[in-house]
Amino acid sequence: MTVTAPTATATRTSSPKQDRTRSAGSTVLAPAKGPRGLIQPIAAILTALLVLGVPFWLVIATASKNQSEALNPNLSAPTDWQLFENFGSVFSDGRMMAGFFGSLLVMVPSVFGVLILGSMAAWILGRRGGKLLAAVYALGISGIVLPPAVVTIVLLLRQLGLAGTAVGMIGVYMGMYLSTVIFFVTGFVRTIPPELEEAARVDGAGPARVFARIILPLLRPVLATATILICLYIWNDVFYALFVVGGRLDTLPLNLYQVASAGLYLQNWHLIFAYIILMSLPLLITFVIAQRKIISGITSGAVK
Amino acid sequence: MATNLSLTKGAPRSRRQDHPLWFLIPALAILVVFFFVPTLFNFVYAFTDWSSFKSAINFAGVDNFTSLFSNGTLLNSLKVTLIYAVLVAILQNAFGLGLALLLERDTRVNRAVRVAFFVPVIMSALAVGYIFQALLKPDGALNWILGSLTGAEVTIPWLGSTTWTIVVVAVVHAWKWMGLSMLIYLAGLKTINEDILEAAHLDGASRWTMFRSIRFPLLAPAVTFNVATALLGSMNGFDIVQATTEGGPGGTTEMLNIFIFRTFGQGLFAQATTMSLVLFLMVTILAFPVIRYLRKREDVL
Repeated sequence: MTVTAPTATATRTSSPKQDRTRSAGSTVLAPAKGPRGLIQPIAAILTALLVLGVPFWLVIATASKNQSEALNPNLSAPTDWQLFENFGSVFSDGRMMAGFFGSLLVMVPSVFGVLILGSMAAWILGRRGGKLLAAVYALGISGIVLPPAVVTIVLLLRQLGLAGTAVGMIGVYMGMYLSTVIFFVTGFVRTIPPELEEAARVDGAGPARVFARIILPLLRPVLATATILICLYIWNDVFYALFVVGGRLDTLPLNLYQVASAGLYLQNWHLIFAYIILMSLPLLITFVIAQRKIISGITSGAVK
Repeated sequence: MATNLSLTKGAPRSRRQDHPLWFLIPALAILVVFFFVPTLFNFVYAFTDWSSFKSAINFAGVDNFTSLFSNGTLLNSLKVTLIYAVLVAILQNAFGLGLALLLERDTRVNRAVRVAFFVPVIMSALAVGYIFQALLKPDGALNWILGSLTGAEVTIPWLGSTTWTIVVVAVVHAWKWMGLSMLIYLAGLKTINEDILEAAHLDGASRWTMFRSIRFPLLAPAVTFNVATALLGSMNGFDIVQATTEGGPGGTTEMLNIFIFRTFGQGLFAQATTMSLVLFLMVTILAFPVIRYLRKREDVL
């Protein structure tokens, strides 16, 4: 293969990238040459246009119309594009900024909290054995499968004096997503050679120092994956937010729910869709910038 | 043997200090307070008359269960949740696998289309629900497309059928998450050894035979992950159903979480807690055997 590859590139004048994909994909799956080779790309693009293009165009077209034109959302292009005017009215009427900062206010501490506390626990669970710790691990990851008790959480928060507060919401999210972090990180910790810790320990570093200086930096890739997943869940969550902070704190999905619940009677589809575009933008931009890393991070843990 | 024992006895002691148990305490404290205590409360308050209408909370036995059972809501919500979960698991995996097979080759077009199919995954489910509500209205865009294709006026009430709306909503749920399933299947397809396929090809196996008897069985780990996440995600579903039908028409899409939210809003906290307990038990009873079964299927290979 290594011998034939250079000549093949030279004669076919294909780029090294294409050549790599050809050698990676077997001849069995290689594309048919000629017009048949066009079927697959055309089918792929047509599927995307039909399945994704129609809903996305509906959103963009409707978000760019005025109220009377958007009364009944359809696929016709707006006669007068006013997307940015609609963005402006969403900012002033939909409490966009309040929702944005409210979402950040609960998401950032929750994510930091679960990453740090989850990694601390996972380090011990990954390094030490025994029946007791196996049981702790099983309990620690049970939250991946088990649904949170959403009604009694509200009761508990009232008893703690945290009902309707950002702190209460952060606690609830941390309780829900610690399991995910513990699960991901414990598996990862077991792949880190213990000798790396030993070296620091010989230099007289205590456990806290070893964790902060040696372990945490090594966990970067797995923590990045966990961050993406948990940000995705919290940024888009409306169900738990409705119970815990509904009506007391603004978050982007909560405000969308309010705008839309009122809008169902006022028929403000142009504002609802403008709001949807704005609230999706932060995650969308992050995704476009880091898509390779995000995709490989999400898929790496699933298929083994 | 004796020296061995004393050696291993010495080693763990030093390791114990190196990995102190107090590192577990903060995480466990959060888990206990915000996850396990509320879950235990579920088992207590489901048997009370807790509501917003009076301040005292009294023990009420199994009253909540019997009233929810006798007026049919318990069984209806359970049935709707189960049907919805099974439909989503089937549709999301069918769409995801179809897309993965369509976009399998690593070309520039395919890579771009894969990224596009991941956009719904990162969107808010509530937003997706509202988009499809607009799309599926009787005078909405889908009927308009169908009308211009057939030439006749189409006014199908996609979200107004007591029989088919649950399927339509499950399709929307599958639409939102199919990009994730697609990525998992693509990663699974990549792990399959090309030599096996090459050998089968030389033996004269057709594309379909190769898919059915080689590639699909080897995708077992991806199937496990996708089916398990689709089942769990849809049993806990709320946003898409709330945004499209709010549980209607006639309660035919009122799954457990929709019921919990509605009764909580009415101040009937004990009834909402009872349903929350039912959801907990249902997931516990169903999820673990399903995951164990799927894992066993992987081992056979």
